[in-house]
Amino acid sequence: MLGLNKRDFSLLLIVAILALCAPFLLNPFPADSAMAQFNAGYPDLMQRFVIFGIFAIGFNILFGLTGYLSFGHAAFLGVGSYSAVWMFKLLSMNVIPAILLSVVVAGLFSLLIGFISLRRSGIYFSILTLAFAQMSFNLAYSVLTPITNGETGLQLTLDDPRILGVSRTEDGSIPVTNFFGLEMRDTYEMIVGPWSFQFNNGYYLCAVLMLLSFYIAIRIFRSPFGMMLRAIKSNNTRMTYTGLNARPYALAAFVISGMYAGLAGGLLASMDPLAGAERMQWTASGEVVLMTILGGAGTLIGPVLGAGFIKYFENIFSKINDSVLHSWFSFMPDGLENLLVTLVHPFVGKGWHLTLGLLFMLVVIFLPGGLVEGGQRIARLFRRKKPDDAKKSTQSTPAE
Amino acid sequence: MGILEVKNVNKRFGGLQALGDVNLSVAENTVHAIIGPNGAGKSTLLNCLIGKLIPDTGSVMFQGQSVLGRKPYEINQMGISRVFQTPEIFGDLTVLENMMIPIFAKRDGVFRMHALESSHNENEIIDQAEAMLEDLNLQDQRHMHSASMSRGNKRRLEIGMCLAQTPKLLLLDEPTAGMARADTNNTIDLLKQIKDERDITIAIIEHDMHVVFSLAERITVLAQGSPLVEDTPENIKGHPKVREAYLGETAA
Repeated sequence: MLGLNKRDFSLLLIVAILALCAPFLLNPFPADSAMAQFNAGYPDLMQRFVIFGIFAIGFNILFGLTGYLSFGHAAFLGVGSYSAVWMFKLLSMNVIPAILLSVVVAGLFSLLIGFISLRRSGIYFSILTLAFAQMSFNLAYSVLTPITNGETGLQLTLDDPRILGVSRTEDGSIPVTNFFGLEMRDTYEMIVGPWSFQFNNGYYLCAVLMLLSFYIAIRIFRSPFGMMLRAIKSNNTRMTYTGLNARPYALAAFVISGMYAGLAGGLLASMDPLAGAERMQWTASGEVVLMTILGGAGTLIGPVLGAGFIKYFENIFSKINDSVLHSWFSFMPDGLENLLVTLVHPFVGKGWHLTLGLLFMLVVIFLPGGLVEGGQRIARLFRRKKPDDAKKSTQSTPAE
Repeated sequence: MGILEVKNVNKRFGGLQALGDVNLSVAENTVHAIIGPNGAGKSTLLNCLIGKLIPDTGSVMFQGQSVLGRKPYEINQMGISRVFQTPEIFGDLTVLENMMIPIFAKRDGVFRMHALESSHNENEIIDQAEAMLEDLNLQDQRHMHSASMSRGNKRRLEIGMCLAQTPKLLLLDEPTAGMARADTNNTIDLLKQIKDERDITIAIIEHDMHVVFSLAERITVLAQGSPLVEDTPENIKGHPKVREAYLGETAA
């Protein structure tokens, strides 16, 4: 269906169902329970899950297929954000032109950087992309201030022209981003007993675009073009002596993944119309590399899983501070309670990077194929135990 | 006039004269072997033919067109395919995909953006690849990752991938290096079969005289970067200059 084989289609369907039901799935704990802090079903975080999912899906088209490790993809994300905010300032608060412009500008920018960087491969390519991204970051901070508003970051103001919209609303505030009138920040809250589920317009726009990106990524993976990209990774020499020019293939993959990053950047700005230079910093480029490798580079679903995982850690784990820990261990004698809090303290709250780092090391050492490989191994265990259920378990583990 | 004409080719690496005034003419639809002791310049010559190296002076003409200054993939598209000393195949891809890629390259040229088509719908390409694998006796392994095949089968696959492009000239760089006797004989049989069934010229570099004398119709002996003699296999066998080059002066 939709030009996909059965297996890929069911994977797409599973991702679609997960994305649509995310407000329920991510809020499993009642709002007033002690576990409520593990709920991730609030609009801001759900938006981040899918936006960084798009970013990682795009990065995976380059890294997972061709093996070219770019350390500068955040530059395209940042360029996308700036373009979108400029569209909001100059044209209108509708997100569609903003998103379109961010994809186009990021595509052109990646064409330029890719054209130069792809003259080298391996570590030199990585260093070139890193250099370009850091250059963009520093320029955005300094000489490009008229375009980027420097350290403050680009924001909307009350005297923006907004040709197709209004500079300020009737009550004198800055208008909000919308999709043909549908406000992005609008959230419908559904209260079921002690649970509360939040349905946010912005999230659903991002989710639909994520599904579209995911669908296109599957098509690319299964196309002759995708096969050529895998051939580049596998053996560049044979590629050349088979009469194929690897450069335009790699450049096309680079531009496509740059456009995905631009889309992610445009969506970030559409959800919250401001753009800062820190979005282009090398740590942001490194983050998408982590997401892809953690989830499973070269697999279809891996990057989305990795993005979700890292964003969950960043937003949920980091909130567990000492007082929360004390309340967890309060049933124990005082000495033991303090000891446990001291032991756990470095791994949570501000120390969430440590847990993530350890986890990343474990995954890279023991599961080189990322979380997807972990899922496959678990599925294989189940299959060995219950051979009758083999069909079920293959479906529940997205292999690629 | 041969299909491949090499004239006065010189190549220096620093102080080393790797090739000195090499002249070579390969006639169409023959098997031409280039032999010589280690360091005679055989591989350097081959690299000059496929665009990996550019000779300092001289000319290399293929079907009346110069290959010098062209990119390796352009030279390949002109009709020259190369088999490497260690099989160069796409190890991460399945055997069938390995075979599909050269057929795509033949149909679509050096680059084509077919990102939204499905490779499962390319029935024509798949059929051709399957037929080629059948010819090579590799059809049982078609869904296997090619990296996990045996050395001999990797070589068969590589030769098959080159043939899938229906080249006019096939260059083989020590195709049986590091192979067991049985694999070597298999490869010889395969090459004989190719020679008989196809309209193809083969140039082969080889150390193993068993291989050379089973296949070659014409032999060029290279020593210290220059061609020593060129003749039929029968005449080469007893040629004093060849013995000298291989065994040293005292044996002559």
